[in-house]
Amino acid sequence: MKGKKIIANAYIWLLLIVLYAPILFIVVFSFTEAKSLGNWTGFSLDLYKNLFTGSMQNSSGLISAVKNTLLIALVASAVATLLGTIAAIGIYNLKGRKKQTMTFLNNIPIINPDIITGVSLFLLFVFLGISQGYLTVVLAHITFCTPYVVLNVMPKLQQMNPNIYEAALDLGATPSQALRKVLVPALRPGMISGFIMSFTMSLDDFAVTFFTRGTIGLDTLSTYIYTDARKGGLTPELKPLMSIIFLIILVVLLVINIRQSKNTAKQ
Amino acid sequence: MTKKDVIIDIRHLSKSFDGVKVLNDINLYVRKGEFVTFLGPSGCGKTTMLRLIAGFLAPDEGTIELEGKDISGIPPYKRPLNTVFQRYALFPHLDVYDNIAFGLNLQKVPQDEIEKRVKKVLKLVSMSDYEDRDVESLSGGQQQRVAIARALVNQPRVLLLDEPLAALDLKMRKDMQIELKEMHRKLGITFIYVTHDQEEALTLSDTIVVMNEGKIQQIGTPIDIYNEPVNAFVADFIGESNILKGRMMRDRRVAFIKHEFDCVDEGFGEDVPVDVVVRPEDIYFTTDPAKCQFKATVNSCTFKGVHYEMWVDTDTGYELMIQDYDPYPVGSEVMLYIDPDDIQVMKKERTANNYAAKVTGEGKVEFLDTEFACDTTGFETGDEVTATIRFEKVDLLDHEEDADLTGNVVVILYMGDHYHLTVKTEAGENIWVDTNDIWDKGDFVGIKILPEDIKLSKRAAGNE
Repeated sequence: MKGKKIIANAYIWLLLIVLYAPILFIVVFSFTEAKSLGNWTGFSLDLYKNLFTGSMQNSSGLISAVKNTLLIALVASAVATLLGTIAAIGIYNLKGRKKQTMTFLNNIPIINPDIITGVSLFLLFVFLGISQGYLTVVLAHITFCTPYVVLNVMPKLQQMNPNIYEAALDLGATPSQALRKVLVPALRPGMISGFIMSFTMSLDDFAVTFFTRGTIGLDTLSTYIYTDARKGGLTPELKPLMSIIFLIILVVLLVINIRQSKNTAKQ
Repeated sequence: MTKKDVIIDIRHLSKSFDGVKVLNDINLYVRKGEFVTFLGPSGCGKTTMLRLIAGFLAPDEGTIELEGKDISGIPPYKRPLNTVFQRYALFPHLDVYDNIAFGLNLQKVPQDEIEKRVKKVLKLVSMSDYEDRDVESLSGGQQQRVAIARALVNQPRVLLLDEPLAALDLKMRKDMQIELKEMHRKLGITFIYVTHDQEEALTLSDTIVVMNEGKIQQIGTPIDIYNEPVNAFVADFIGESNILKGRMMRDRRVAFIKHEFDCVDEGFGEDVPVDVVVRPEDIYFTTDPAKCQFKATVNSCTFKGVHYEMWVDTDTGYELMIQDYDPYPVGSEVMLYIDPDDIQVMKKERTANNYAAKVTGEGKVEFLDTEFACDTTGFETGDEVTATIRFEKVDLLDHEEDADLTGNVVVILYMGDHYHLTVKTEAGENIWVDTNDIWDKGDFVGIKILPEDIKLSKRAAGNE
């Protein structure tokens, strides 16, 4: 009995180590100043200092890449949340076969490989003659984020009492008031998790961005790192940057999990 | 009735969904301060009617007038009516107070006024200390009270209630019925109530509107509806009843269960087929042979709380239900009589199936979208005729093979010695069938009509 338990525990730890070793590796080596990866030259915060003071090579490129990434993620997930919520309400009100078909069509982009989405969007933009840049990247991100919002809002609609919209009209709310004062509050949790999901999907997207950013030199963090790594080794200051991003994602995930467990406890 | 007493006037109202007529030429008025109930089985159109009045649906035809003004084109948020929904439909993100204040806030009523009115209405529904409670933490009954308060606080001209008690348990439902009645009395607001529960309708209403298949069957006080149902459907739907085939011999004399009885009905004509309703509590036992009108044998006796329910077989072979405070042992021979007052005679809606038909060839006729073989002697191909089939001549089969067409059993009436079924065909037409076989509501059946049982006649103008 006891032997079995030890093996089970060991297995879990082994799994966790394998999963997290790469990240741990980056985090640990972000605290040394060695230029080449894997050399430990003693503890130092120099890389963090360089990152924040900008005294690294091509720091302006990195800063604009971070800015682009956040801006694109923010705009794309905000628009996707709006579109996705409206789409979810539409699909919810369909009947039978039509509803099934629409739900199915919504799920396809989610399982579709990014590279295919990227290439096909690239071809579409070329075909339509849209010059590629900010606009096309944002449009592309909205495209692959919207289905996730639909997926998150749908369960909230199913839980909702179908009469509450009518109840609001009945009490004197115009359709737009009923939407703002009753429907949106009821769907808010789904919209928020849809937004967060879209935001993270947009943040770490590489393939779609790569194919739709055009040739104007637009870089997001992922394309910047890719180009940088190809140019002659990873800029050492990216190690602390990645560690920070990992930390932020960890915090966001924790917040979402705590919110969810609070919600289920309430019910 | 004067014009100013009428608060809602509905004229020629019709509504279809996907080509199916849910409401068919409804005409109805509601008096100010009245408690009106729309009563009927599910799918009879009662909720559709309420939703048309509330404004959630637009009529296909007809008008709805509120205090003399046509409101058919006015959106729900501009109608001075409020609705209590079946599943409460409270706003889950607002507490009790804010739920009730929702309508007043939209009207921009001053906050101190809102507070006064919310407190008053909370007191009315006995929920005074619940202002700050989260609505999802309340029980079903409490949520329903909040929903009623939320509607009443806006002082609607008419309060619409869509099966408001259907989701509550029996005890709570009875309590709420009494409270609703009390609220109606106190407030003097017109209530329009929708339910499928006949007992609830009888308890609450000033006026009951019995509906079936999109049509009004009868409008009347609870007592009228119970004691004088106009047709077999109403008699069967409201309370327990013995519905029997009868024959009006002459004024004040009717025959059924192969006996003749005195009754109080007149004006049917002589020797006319009718339907007769006798309530089970209106058949009396007697030991006096002079009073006895017919004899029967008790074949079952069940205690029901207040009374015993007994099934008896009459000496002429009919089964009747009797309710009495005293039990009679199973197998015993009893003497029975019925007061003339307690016999309700109804005009027969139809005595046979009649369909508009067309002769399509020699020995062939088409009706109900189906071609039947029958004797067409005396008619030419292309003649428009009426095909008549007696109720007992329609065969029901439990399979589709060798059936002429198929349908579903929608209504079953027990007529004392046989069942009278309404079968709806795929095309939505009704076929009425007399049978001794036992079918269930909803059964899918094959319908077979033999050639010799189809009688053709010249189509009379306006006759279907």
